[in-house]
Amino acid sequence: MSEIIERHEEEGAKAFDKRLARRLLTYLRPYGARATFSVLLVIFSALLEIAGPAIIAVGVDLYVKPLSGANTVGISRTVGDWLAAHGWSFQPLTGIDVAAAIYFLTLFADFAILYTQMVLMNLMGQYIMYDLRKQIFQHLQRLDVQFFDRNPVGRLMTRVTTDVDALNDLFTAGFVAIFGDIFVLAGIIVVLFWMNWRLALVLFSITPFILLISMWFRRGARSTYRKVRARIAAINAFLQEHISGMATVQLFNQEEREAAKFDHLNARHRDANIESIFYYAVFYPVIELIQTVGIALIVWYGGGQVLRNTLSVGALIAFFQYAQRFYEPISDLSEKYNILQAAMAASERIFKLLDTPVGIRDQGLLTAEHFESLEFRDVWFAYNDEEWVLKDVSFRVGRGERIALVGHTGAGKTTVTALLLRFYEPQRGEILINGVDIRRYTMASLRALYAIVQQDFFLFTGTVAQNISLADPEIAGEAVREAAERVQASRFIQRLPQGYDDPVRERGAGFSVGEKQLLSFARALAFNPPVLILDEATSSIDTETERLIQEAIATLMEGRTSLVIAHRLSTIRSADMILVFHHGEIRERGTHDQLMQIDGLYRKLYEVQYREAVGA
Amino acid sequence: MSPTRRLLSYFARHRRALILGFLCVVGSASFSLLKPLIVGNAVNELTKAITRQALLRYSLMLVGASAVEGLFLYLQRWIIIGTSRHIEFEMRNDFFAHLERLPVQYYQEQRTGDLMSRATNDLASVRMLIGPAVMHSASSLLVVVGAFVMMLRIEHSMALVSLISIPVVAGLVKFFGEKIHVRFKAVQDYFGDISARVQENLAGVRVVRAFGQEANEIATFKRMNHQYVERNRSLIRLTATFYPMLHGIIGVMFGIIFFMGSRRMIAGTMSIGSFVAFQFYLGRMIWPLIALGWVINLFQRGMASMVRLDEVWRIQPGVDHLAAPADAGLTAPGTAHIDVRDLTFTYGTHRVLRNVSLSIDHGETLGIVGRTGSGKSTLLSLITRTFEPPPQTIFIDGRAVETIPLHQLREWIGMVSQETFLFSESIAENIRFGRGNAEQEEVRNAAEEAGLSGDVSAFSQGLETVIGERGITLSGGQKQRTAIARALIRNPRILILDDSLSAVDTATEERILRALREIRKGRTVLIVSHRVSSVKDADQIVVLENGRIVERGTHDSLLADDGYYADLYRRQTIEEELSEIA
Repeated sequence: MSEIIERHEEEGAKAFDKRLARRLLTYLRPYGARATFSVLLVIFSALLEIAGPAIIAVGVDLYVKPLSGANTVGISRTVGDWLAAHGWSFQPLTGIDVAAAIYFLTLFADFAILYTQMVLMNLMGQYIMYDLRKQIFQHLQRLDVQFFDRNPVGRLMTRVTTDVDALNDLFTAGFVAIFGDIFVLAGIIVVLFWMNWRLALVLFSITPFILLISMWFRRGARSTYRKVRARIAAINAFLQEHISGMATVQLFNQEEREAAKFDHLNARHRDANIESIFYYAVFYPVIELIQTVGIALIVWYGGGQVLRNTLSVGALIAFFQYAQRFYEPISDLSEKYNILQAAMAASERIFKLLDTPVGIRDQGLLTAEHFESLEFRDVWFAYNDEEWVLKDVSFRVGRGERIALVGHTGAGKTTVTALLLRFYEPQRGEILINGVDIRRYTMASLRALYAIVQQDFFLFTGTVAQNISLADPEIAGEAVREAAERVQASRFIQRLPQGYDDPVRERGAGFSVGEKQLLSFARALAFNPPVLILDEATSSIDTETERLIQEAIATLMEGRTSLVIAHRLSTIRSADMILVFHHGEIRERGTHDQLMQIDGLYRKLYEVQYREAVGA
Repeated sequence: MSPTRRLLSYFARHRRALILGFLCVVGSASFSLLKPLIVGNAVNELTKAITRQALLRYSLMLVGASAVEGLFLYLQRWIIIGTSRHIEFEMRNDFFAHLERLPVQYYQEQRTGDLMSRATNDLASVRMLIGPAVMHSASSLLVVVGAFVMMLRIEHSMALVSLISIPVVAGLVKFFGEKIHVRFKAVQDYFGDISARVQENLAGVRVVRAFGQEANEIATFKRMNHQYVERNRSLIRLTATFYPMLHGIIGVMFGIIFFMGSRRMIAGTMSIGSFVAFQFYLGRMIWPLIALGWVINLFQRGMASMVRLDEVWRIQPGVDHLAAPADAGLTAPGTAHIDVRDLTFTYGTHRVLRNVSLSIDHGETLGIVGRTGSGKSTLLSLITRTFEPPPQTIFIDGRAVETIPLHQLREWIGMVSQETFLFSESIAENIRFGRGNAEQEEVRNAAEEAGLSGDVSAFSQGLETVIGERGITLSGGQKQRTAIARALIRNPRILILDDSLSAVDTATEERILRALREIRKGRTVLIVSHRVSSVKDADQIVVLENGRIVERGTHDSLLADDGYYADLYRRQTIEEELSEIA
């Protein structure tokens, strides 16, 4: 098990793709000004950051240990000449005060700039994610039901969450920070060359080593990190399964054996972690060592230059400081490549989803305002290929009529209701409302004709009231209460601690089957449409609830055209017409009494499913 | 045992490694503090007469010191963090072993997600306490104190001014660190809410579409997302303040040292070398200061998590206190006589079973039918002691079940539960779950007997095919048959089938039943079913209703009684006819 999960988690990312990058940039466009401003701020901040050590160097050179000899070159000399040219000369102590004051000023300015830039950039990332999520979600709301049959919810969730997050990294950490790193690096190089190009060259000779060790570390740390993640995922999956299935483990006396398996997974996780320690344990000391080599080079080579008076003491101090600072941007840059890679892979998946065409289009122009009749005319339908689920089905329902669909599981009854709602489209034949093909109506007006009660009552997290109104702002609290009262759901709702505001947990856990059923009846009633589509539940319920449900169904059907997939005798008996489905065809049709006379399929079905059991 | 004591007991087991690690910390800290001294001396000598050879010597000393420091750094991380991983491993194993001992009842009251989060998230924070927190607090304290002593030797007042940075930096990190952590968690939790919402929207796509709620859902999603951005805004402000501020404060410290140092250098009371060394010491102190603030938070979080883990550890596993010693003549013959005497069982306030009495002889088969909720499964779970029956109500071979060691009792039983629970492993491995040491041949036989072989041969990897999320999805009937094979391979004295053929078609059922006829020989078998066909061959059939036995007899005698059983039989006969109509 663990190995399979690991392989799954370790799937690599794709390389840079120009087409994707261009499309990604379109999301940046609305925030162009903000992004440009951010880049400017980053550059400015980089300059200030570099300025610090330089100011100290100049201060030392001019006032603490004044330059001796004309052969000294560098910033200090330039600054000194400039000050002299403008007729400014300070006492050493005053000079130090001025240098310190300027230095503190740069610090405050840098703080303000960094703060502004970080807020700007991170918020921009949030806005872009908001836009992207909105776009994905809106597209998901348009895609047809068949798409959801094929794509598991979990995978779609990843698009909206993890993948969008990967792009956030690109827009906040990646994109602007690259400019920052490059400018800090370039600035340090310029200043050091300006101070003393020979020493600068000597110092920069360690750069390749920093780059190499950083790359080695990132690669190693990343691959072990993936390994660790995959292995912790395996542990989680194992735990999840064994906590849910603990009864089975104990029943079969498998505690020891499962503990041994867990030990194995756990050990693999530990070993991957220990492997990753190796990279960290080597990386930090080696970076420290390389930096020290840089300082040693400055002592050795720079010291020699100081002796020969070709390097000022201030510059020497500045070199010490820069030597400690320039490894960071180099090391950072190597990480940016990874961010880019992850973002490319994520955006490819997101765009693929966004480009999925909508199968059943909402292109009708007519509004279905009232209901007169409904007709299936020679309808054939298959979910895949030619495995017909409905074969040549025709029937007509007039206003106010009650139709019962009966037949075995898999006979095609539920498919009939799905087609009415245009969840799917028939391959042959047509479905008419008021004599007009349903494809010519707008989807919203078509679906607004029906109240549907499905067999698995899907409850959403939220309050009881929200589950009845589906949080539709057009359905007032009063209407919710009235609907609940009419189906007699109000009784158990009022018994809840917070009544209509009582929270519903995931999938309606805590409610009995009967209660869930009553809630979904109330939902149908609150929307108050002319046609009722009801898929009666088969689950056995206690007699009291059964009575409530029968009464509620009667209330629901009152004054409405209804199409019921029936399991209750009372419902069937009240039907104007019963359609008996068998293997996708309508085999018999008529009223209860008529069909009982024939002694065919219906009569047998009746014996098995509908006749009240003895003693019940 | 208190949470702290428990934690310390793990430390104690790795005492030697931890002491060694601490010695490495001392080593790395000492050599780290040596380096500024070398640089300072070198710079000082620059003002005097110094040869290039001496400069080279200083440089090499520097590199040498760094190399030794690096070696200690490597060892300290390797040993201390490595130990923390070993302790994490042991704790997780112990935690799981503990979970395995907790009774089924405990799991009915607990949410899986909560236990999961303790075994992963909480354990991770405890690990952070054991590893990084311990290592960094030790090394930071040593370096900070050492650097301060060295700075004091160079210049008193400057050293004392530098001392201010300790509370400022550590306090800042602790303050912001905790705030950011809390805010970050709040943002993540809210994101969890959004995810849950999307999840529901997608899972309930048919309801959303049928009621035309797309626009409404988009509006809600937008509103939540907007909230999310708003919540992020305050987190962003915090981080955007924290990092630049830390950066700034460090800069200010260097500025003050520069300001004070230059005045002393101009006055001639401080050498340039001392100034350079001082600057280096200040630099050495910064990371440890940041680490200290961070470490305080790690300790707090780690202890809080340890308490949460301890809450589970404190729960007493179910003890077999009534059980007789294992050797008390429990090695009975191959079958078992089960006696249920006037059993009444109440779950919560609900009376599930009332005055049930049964006697199933060696090698007999008992069939149980009845509506959902009539108490069938409860009766079975009392026999297996998944729930404890009232004392002296259920007997196996004349011995009350509560006096039989649990392990022994379950050794005798092969159970196929109503809700089939299989693991995401290969089919063979799932069957072997019944008996770990079963040969490949036996696994194949069990699969054959359970009517699974035909299906399995259609899979590309046969019995080695992995099932579950990462493998193939078995149909309900295939799952049930795998569970039957798992029970059969145990070669149990008591075989219990709890409605375990409900999802297989009648032809397959027929085939399995035929196989069972052979297997049933010499075993005591209990079959619960909704189908008459599964129980009609039983030696004894009972009908349960509302926890009571309302009918009892053989297939023929029950048909003659013309009650619930007879009605059930009639319906199912017609059903069979119906399914034969093409």
